[in-house]
Amino acid sequence: MATEYSFPDSAAKSAAGAKAAPAEFQTETMSLSMGPSHPSTHGVLRLQMELDGEILTKADPVIGYLHRGDEKIAENMTYNQFVPYTDRLDYLAPLANNMAYAIAVERLAGLKVPPRCEAIRVLTAEMARISSHLMGLGAFALDVGAWSVLLYCLEEREKLYKLFEELTGARFTTSYTRIGGVTRDIPDGWLGRVNTFCDQFLPILEEMLQLLTRNKIFMDRTVGIGVIPKDVALAYGLTGPNLRGSGVALDLRKDKPYSGYEQWEFDVPVGTKGDCYDRYLVRGEEMRQSVRIIRQVAAKMPDGPWYAVDAKRIFAPPKDKVLSSMEELIQNFMIVTEGPQIPAGEVYFEAENPKGILGFFIVSKGGGVPYRLKIRSPSFCNLSILQKMCVGCLISDVVAILGSLDFVMGECDR
Amino acid sequence: MSADAVIALKAKFPQATDRASADHPAVNVPLADLVAALRYLRDEWAFDLLMDVTAIDWAEGASPRFTVVYHLLSSTRAGSYVRVAAPCAGTEAKPTAPSVVDVWPGANWHERECYDLMGVTFEGHPDLRRILMWDGYPYHPLRKEFPLAGIETDLPVADIAEATGTRVIAAPMAGGPFVASPGEVNLTEAEPRAKDESWADRTARPDQTPLRQMKD
Repeated sequence: MATEYSFPDSAAKSAAGAKAAPAEFQTETMSLSMGPSHPSTHGVLRLQMELDGEILTKADPVIGYLHRGDEKIAENMTYNQFVPYTDRLDYLAPLANNMAYAIAVERLAGLKVPPRCEAIRVLTAEMARISSHLMGLGAFALDVGAWSVLLYCLEEREKLYKLFEELTGARFTTSYTRIGGVTRDIPDGWLGRVNTFCDQFLPILEEMLQLLTRNKIFMDRTVGIGVIPKDVALAYGLTGPNLRGSGVALDLRKDKPYSGYEQWEFDVPVGTKGDCYDRYLVRGEEMRQSVRIIRQVAAKMPDGPWYAVDAKRIFAPPKDKVLSSMEELIQNFMIVTEGPQIPAGEVYFEAENPKGILGFFIVSKGGGVPYRLKIRSPSFCNLSILQKMCVGCLISDVVAILGSLDFVMGECDR
Repeated sequence: MSADAVIALKAKFPQATDRASADHPAVNVPLADLVAALRYLRDEWAFDLLMDVTAIDWAEGASPRFTVVYHLLSSTRAGSYVRVAAPCAGTEAKPTAPSVVDVWPGANWHERECYDLMGVTFEGHPDLRRILMWDGYPYHPLRKEFPLAGIETDLPVADIAEATGTRVIAAPMAGGPFVASPGEVNLTEAEPRAKDESWADRTARPDQTPLRQMKD
């Protein structure tokens, strides 16, 4: 099977044509460094480019500016202590990261959390998906010249952050899950406020998407730009909206449901061409589908405990019992000092996060500390295709491509 | 589905053995069969997505010290995962494994990361450079003997280092790492700075602080 792929592109052809020109007309290439602090590289990505006029002849992404050694840190702390570090992976959707990490450890422990806990996690993960896609959409539109969409997006995202703050106590770094449950139950009336948000959000979402979907400037900048064929997307391990934009209907929420996703009805949007415009359309539709999931979960929120009550060596008991009962006090002390007790083994769990598939590979030798924890981050894999796909593009298209890939460097560099 | 794939794989590669796993079917293959086995899984069993390439360091003196681990996912027969592991060849200082960039181009960055952080050399990789740490960094930080605080090294840019005299220093651990049961690791040995609380020592009397002098 051939593994060397080429991106058919008119700009590439003209670049090849320029090379065939006689020696006296040969141009010199210019090397240009874009980033690590550049508004359209969304964080600290640096692209080391070689330009022939306006056409890229080489692009080498330089990453690692935000490397904090999360995997090393994880080997030196207990499972619960690592939850705040997962916030800082994809910091636009911390609730989804929290959930993925908690489920990975629970799989290793063979622990089943109650339905209410699963539903809360699904609800918060879908809200995180909307807030992440809002930021991705706003920034993408801004990069290709549509200012106003970002302002709509930030306003809606702020409403979501108010809800997150009420639920978790923090707007950004939520650290909401614990191994075997969540930090607290949903407050009174919160589900109603979530429904109110959904009701007013849908018309605004339509308005936002109308600003772009048939916008001549937006379409000129995105249709047919940055095409990723299906086989290339698979070969480079792209996931999430970037893979679905290329026409592969892989969504782990449907294909390998976790946390009770099989109960909720939703559709998986896929693109046809795999260009920047398709990726935009997929994200827009995903937000509508997330609202659909949120409404179902809010309507059918199960009652019962919101943490694994029987997991005495994993989930710390409620505070009032810790202060009044000796047994619970000892339990709490053991979990805080020694960490949740997880059996030895290897587990690899992947969740469908807003940016793509986030995976945790955990090797445990027993006890409260992982022996090795590897984070498979979607942005890392999604960016690895840049080296290939940017060659032959115009430099202005690179901005559109980066915006449409919607990556987060905190997750890429870990 | 993936369990069938593992059974078929073991029939085709007789040296492959089952690997203990808490979730997905997993298989150990000898390093010599690794690329052929992965290619077989991709071509015959539709495991077309290489999700992850990583290595596990089984601590100094273990044999084999490093194991490379691959996770495959099928996009058509969705929800099927398989884990393939192989012990690395080579020495402890320079373990080696074959590169699978020819099979999945997306393995390129994964293998660079694994080389960068673990020091596993992937033979046949077209461009094996560091990816997260800077070029010329002397250590592989995810190895078990590397301390959490880091090790003091030179600045990557020589002229700035010369002009300013600064170096990349180890992190002041400030009494940490704050973990009570570090597993098998002896923290005092692994982290010589762990109990070093000299950062909190006050050698100068409060009335001799620079701020006070400025006020005077």
